[in-house]
Order: sequence, then structure tokens, then C-alpha cells
Amino acid sequence: MYPNTLLKPFALLLAGLAGMAQANTTLTVYTALEADQLKAYQEQFEKEHPDIKLKWVRDSTGVITAKLLAEKASPQADVVMGVAASSLLVLEKEGMLQPYSPKGIEKLSRQYVDSASPPAWAGMDVWGAAICFNTVEAAKLGLKKPESWADLAKPEYKGRIVMPNPASSGTGFFDVTAWLGLFGEKEGWSYMDRLHDNIAQYTHSGSKPCKQAAAGEFPIGISFEYRAAKLKAGGAPIDLIFPKEGLGWDLEATALLKGGKNPEQARKLADWAVSRTANELYEKNFAIVAMPGVAKPNEHIPANYEQRLVKQDLRWVAGNRDRILAEWTRRYDAKSEKK
Amino acid sequence: MKALRFWLEAGEAAVPLWSPDQRVARGLGWLAAIGLTLFIALPLLAILLQAVIDSESGQLSLAPVQAVLASPGFLDSLLGSLTVSLATVALVLPTALVFAFALTRSRMPGRGLFKLLALSPLLAPSLMPGISLVYLFGNQGLLKSWLGDASIYGPIGIVLGEAFYTFPHALLILLTALAVADARLYEAAETLGASRLRRLLTVTLPNARYGLISAGLVVFTLAMTDFGVAKVIGGQYKVLALEAYKQVIGQQNFGKGAVIGLMLLLPAVLSLLVERWVAGSRSASLGGRSVAFHPPENRWRDGALWLFCGGVLIGLLALLGVAMAASFIKLWPYSLELTLAHYDFDQMDGGGWQAFRNSVQMAAWTALVGTLGVFGVAYLLEKMPLPPLARQICRTLALLPMAVPGLVLGLGYIFCFNHPANPLHGLYGSLAILVLATVAHFYTTAHLTISTALRQLDGEIEAVSATLCRPFWVTVWRVTLPICLPALFDVARFFFVSALTTVSCVIFLYTPDTVLAGVAVLNMDDAGETAGAAAMATLIVATALLASLLLSAAGSLLNRRAQAWRGQPH
Repeated sequence: MYPNTLLKPFALLLAGLAGMAQANTTLTVYTALEADQLKAYQEQFEKEHPDIKLKWVRDSTGVITAKLLAEKASPQADVVMGVAASSLLVLEKEGMLQPYSPKGIEKLSRQYVDSASPPAWAGMDVWGAAICFNTVEAAKLGLKKPESWADLAKPEYKGRIVMPNPASSGTGFFDVTAWLGLFGEKEGWSYMDRLHDNIAQYTHSGSKPCKQAAAGEFPIGISFEYRAAKLKAGGAPIDLIFPKEGLGWDLEATALLKGGKNPEQARKLADWAVSRTANELYEKNFAIVAMPGVAKPNEHIPANYEQRLVKQDLRWVAGNRDRILAEWTRRYDAKSEKK
Repeated sequence: MKALRFWLEAGEAAVPLWSPDQRVARGLGWLAAIGLTLFIALPLLAILLQAVIDSESGQLSLAPVQAVLASPGFLDSLLGSLTVSLATVALVLPTALVFAFALTRSRMPGRGLFKLLALSPLLAPSLMPGISLVYLFGNQGLLKSWLGDASIYGPIGIVLGEAFYTFPHALLILLTALAVADARLYEAAETLGASRLRRLLTVTLPNARYGLISAGLVVFTLAMTDFGVAKVIGGQYKVLALEAYKQVIGQQNFGKGAVIGLMLLLPAVLSLLVERWVAGSRSASLGGRSVAFHPPENRWRDGALWLFCGGVLIGLLALLGVAMAASFIKLWPYSLELTLAHYDFDQMDGGGWQAFRNSVQMAAWTALVGTLGVFGVAYLLEKMPLPPLARQICRTLALLPMAVPGLVLGLGYIFCFNHPANPLHGLYGSLAILVLATVAHFYTTAHLTISTALRQLDGEIEAVSATLCRPFWVTVWRVTLPICLPALFDVARFFFVSALTTVSCVIFLYTPDTVLAGVAVLNMDDAGETAGAAAMATLIVATALLASLLLSAAGSLLNRRAQAWRGQPH
């Protein structure tokens, strides 16, 4: 009978759906790590803890931060891993983090761990600013290679630069705070006014500017060193520029959430995140990791990279996050496009 | 037969003949009314409340609306939205009109193929033309020089993308409007010595007036409420739909998102009212004495139309095909080797292959639940005596989704089902809620299709079966359902393809476990994985095409078996 033939596939589908049951504990982990990094971390952790499954909720730093804040009343995440320390400090101020001292945390560099005891968060690695400069397109356009942040504000780069939107991207945010720190509040904003005239697009993610530079869509992308080095290694015609005034940076860090549903398993992930194995995995992506002696030189990143990072107080950054973003949005996002 | 009818009419007067059935029908009618209220009316009510309740005090207040109106950049977004939407209408309407004219009023060769190709944008998510435009007119675009100094990132890109996305919708409406023509009018005009142009202006266009207005409104509303195109190709240009998306996704500012969403509802509601008003003043264009119009032979006209339509199709297919081609290229424009690397979705943002599997599953469920649900409600409305209130609720709510942009419906679903007090709270975050939201979003079109099919069936079928003491569900199973199979397969295909390509309705409702292919396209593009986004979009188009072909084939096969009686001698 035809009605039966009609329904059969759907009955099979129904049976298939019913079969999808979950066996072990699933930890919900909010992260701003890049998608191509997550897999290695997850595989290693699940190999060491076969009874725990990780479920990533991934988005840009700003979005993940906003999501965590919005869910303050009933947190959905067990662990926050690979989110900017400046964002975690905001959550800490809201009383949302569960302080915990992971096993082996004493092996990490002190400066990359929260100073409280027990610490509210533990650093994983440092990610910092880098500019991707497409040499092929620059040659076609007759653009000189910029060497400094100040160079980027020159009129010759008008419409040639892409940078991440600091409201959504952690990379964009540390660029802005670094400029404010380097040039001072007043000069910093006036620098960004001039830079704004040269910006073709503010992107949602911190990776996209470098990817666009690699594809030649825009010759200059303000991004971060992991993405830049990876694209160059993949054969993109780009040079990496580390502006001489100093580089904005933040820490990717791990923290436990208060009210998480699986505290015991969450602690296991926090322990793993400070372990040597984990740091060796971070090392594949980053030039600076929290455990001293693990990092190896990367051919695309200068050896003195750590010295070139700007001096900054993450607590000041976190405390001024709302104010800086509101000012940035008022100046550059609400403003209609210049013709 | 005559005797039977007489007897039946006598029976109807005596009423209690099929009352157990009637009771079941009444119960089902109320069930349908409750279901539609839950999944269509309540979410909309929820978003309305969200917009007029102050989040701090919990009091009823217009403060959230005022805050949005006063916020910097709001006016820019509104103007931006109006500009690109009107420009889209100005571009699409004449093009679709000429195209529809060529398909219905000419003898241009290849009309069937032209029509199929012209409808192909329906298979693609609205982000796809945006991606193609980047490859065509972006700074590394194949045809970059065509734009001169202008940039594709901005209004130009948005309008071109929206034009691609809205063209088939306008074309379908105009085809219906032009499909029927009274040859007598043309004969009269010709006898009176009216020139060809005059005939076009005084006969053809006025008769298509209703279709033109309706198509214009649909295009305007679609362009106004879509954020996919603007997201990919809009650059720093601000439009309202994208603003609502940014408020909710980027800043988790649901109240502000709700207010902007409601503003997007305005043009849609306005369109609906205008459409009603126009429809009211319209007289039937075809009467019993009409003579079907057959276009006379005219080689010049057909040649010119053929060239025009060919040009339009090249444009449409370019916006579809360029992204497909780009998905196989290693690193445009530097390394043109062919590769499948961009289909390795698990290495990218966006949700990986899981997103695609989820989408297919969600689309299959939407097709099943949607088709059966819509058929059930339409059947009750058309064939069963329902309590007047239940009937009124069902009728109104079945037509309401037409006026609700997907973005607004999706937001409404968050407010409604994420509320802890809602007993259906458990649905939140499941695949089921995505299915329900999608069915609700595309409900009206499906409802109208099935209602039309049902209305073509004689009401006596129910009456006869009642006299034979068969409950109505047996009749439905044995008679109505088989006869309606073509319409049902049409609707299933419509639901499947729409569910596969929709982004706006589900963007706020997915979770990491239920991420969908269309959403993955958006997220990959966000992360700069343009080629990956193109690859996922290609996969969506291929699947939608395959499903359409399979469902059409299955439909016509079953149809032949189910409707064999039509061919039998009486």
C-alpha cells in the first residue's frame, strides 16, 4: 500500500533519533579558541579522561563574554577555557567564577596566573597583535610596507586596512587598549580617528582580517600572530609585521563557573589545562605559553616577541572594558559610512 | 446520482446523522486552534511584551522603544534598510515583469527550462549570492573592473544579493498574474486601432496591477527583513535586520533586538494591509465568457525577450555558480589548484559536518511534520463543521506567518520558550523547536496550497462516506489523502527546501548540538573562511536540488498509482 511506503522512511528516521542517547558526562565548555585548535585539545583530554566528553560553545571573545554575562542567573557552562583573561576578570567582578587551584599550577609562570589564592583563573598562553601584509597586492597598489602603528594612519592606506571589531573580538579589543596605553587616552582616540579613515571593514572575528589579507581581498589585516603565522606557513603571500611601538596582547585562560552542574569533572579539565601535555599542545599554536621552558621558536615569529608586548595591567583593562567599548562604538560603529 | 443527492439533502436537514464524527472533529478543531496559538500566536505575543516591558522594573513602559529610537545610528540603519529595499524593488520588479511576460505571453523557445532556471535561487541560502559577489566583484573579483571605483561592500552588493534572493518570489507572483488573459480585450483593442505599446499599457499592465503591487510588496518585505546578504557583503553599511542580529547575537541585548524586530514587522503588516485593500477593489479578470489568449507569432518580440531572459539567467546562475566553483579552488586568487580541502568542515568554525547532518534531519522532520500538520488543519477547516471560534482562530493564525519575518519569529520563540514559566521550556535548545519554528515560518504558503487542492474536491465525498457510516478519517485515508498527493508532495518539497536554506528563523534558536548548515555558512564567513562558507552553501544547493528531484519523482510515481481511476472509463 502506498501510504506505508510513504511513511516508512520517516519511521526509520524516528527510530534513528531515538537511538541517539548519551553515555557519559558531558562538560559544556565556553571558548573563544580557534576552531582548528579545539580538536587537538579535545582529543588529548578525552584520551586521558574517557568518561568525560567536551562540548564546545565557540564564538568570538566579545560574544562569549556577553553570553556568559547574559546567563549569569542560570549559567549553562561548566568551564570557560581559552577566553581572554580580561573578560574573565569581568566575570570575576560579577562573582561568577569559582576560584580553584588546579593540580600543578605552581609550575606555571606567576605572571600568567590570577594573583588571588586560590586563583580565579589560570593562563594557558599569550596571544598578541600582528599585522598581515599582502606583498603581492601591495606591489600592485604601490603600497609601502608599514613598520609601526603610526604608519597605518597615513593617508596612503585609505580603505586598505581591515581590523576586528573590539566589541566582538578579543583581538580587536587588545589592539584598542594597547593604543590607549601606548599613546595615552587623548592621543589614543585621536590616533583611532585617523585610523578609522583608513579602515575598510571592521570584522566580527579576529582571524578574518588576516584571512582577508592572505586572500588579497584587502592588503593589510590587523590580526594576531597564531593566525598570521599559520596562513604564512600555508603559503599565503603575506609578510608578518610586528609594529615597533609595542603589541597588544591578552591571555587565554581557564576558569570554573560557579553553579556549574559537573564541578568534579570541571576540575579535571582545569587540572589538565595547566598540565605539561596541554602546554605542549598550546605551544603548537602560540609563541608564549604559561609553562616556562615549553615554548619553541617559530620561524615566522621574532625571538624577542615576549619583550615586544606592551606593558599593561589586565585589571585596569577589565575595569574599563565597558567604558572603552561604549566610547569605541559611539565613535566608529554608530557613525554612518563616510562616502 | 440524482436520487442520492436528494436523499442526502434530506439527511442533512435532519442533522444528527454523523454526530460521533462531529464530536471528534470538534475536538480536533480545538486541538488545531491550541497548537497554532502555541506555536504562532504566543511567540509573537512574547516578542511584543518584551519590547514594551522595562527590563529593570518589569513595568509596562515604552522606554525600550524610545531607547532604540534615540540610539545613535538607528536612523542610519532605518534609512539604509529603506534605501536598499526600495532599490531592490526597482531592480527586481521590472525584470521579473518582463521575464514573466516572456514566459506567459510570448512564443519564445525554451520557456519551460527558462522558468526552472529562473526559480533556482530558491534552492540557495540568502548568504550565497553575497559570497558569489565577493568572488565576482570583491577586490580580487573576476569582474572587479566593471564596478570602476565603487565598492561591492555596501549598498551595491546588498541590492544585487537581495535581487537574486527575491527574484523568484516576484516571478512566481507575476506568472500567476499574467497566466490568465482574456483574448477578447486584445481583439477589441486591436479593432479600435490601438498600437502594440498602447495595448501593453492599457490592457496588459492594468490587468497585472494586482500582481505587480503584490510582488513589489513581497520583494520589499523580503529585502527589508533579510540580514544574510548584508552580513556577508554589507561592509560597514547599516541595515535594521543586521542591527537586530548584532544586538541579540553580539551583545545578548534581547530587549533591543525585540524592539528592532517589531519594527521589521511593520513593513510586512503594512504590505499585508495594502494587499488586502487592493484585492478588495479588484474585479475578476476572467469571466465565464472569457476567451483564452494565445500570443500571436512575432519573431522580433520573441528574439528580444529571449535575449533579455538569457541575460537575466546568466546573472542569476553566475551568483549561484561562482560560489560553487570557488569552493573547489585552493586559495583564490593565488593558488588555483582544485581541492576538496574546503569541504573538510571539521577543521573550521561553523559546526562542521554535524551542521549539515542536522540540517538534513531538521528538513526531513519539517517536511513530515509540516505537511501532515498543515493538511490536518486545512482539512478540518475545509471539510469539517468546526466550532466558529476554533475555526476563526485557525483561519487567522494560518495566514499570519506570511506577515512575520523569520528573524522576528525566531526571536519570539526565544522569549516564549526560554521562559522558565513555560511548560514547554524543555523544547528549548532541541532540534524539535527548530522544526516547529520552521514549520510556523513557512506555514501560510503550504496552507494555501493544500487548501486550494482540498477546495477542488467535492464536499459530497464526505457526505457520501457519512451515509455509508464510515468515520471521516477512513475517508481521508482512502480518498482525500490519495487525491491530494500531488499537492502534498509539493508542500513537502517546499518545506524541505525552505528548511534547508533558512537562516533568519533559526539563527537565534540553534545550540552547538543543533547547529545547522545555513548557520554554518554564516559563521564560517564571519571567521573569514569564505571558501568553506561557499562549500557548505554548495552542499545545501545540491541537497535541495536532489531532494526536489526525488520528491517530484516520487510524487508523480505515487500520483500515477493513486489517480489511476481518473483514466478509467465510467
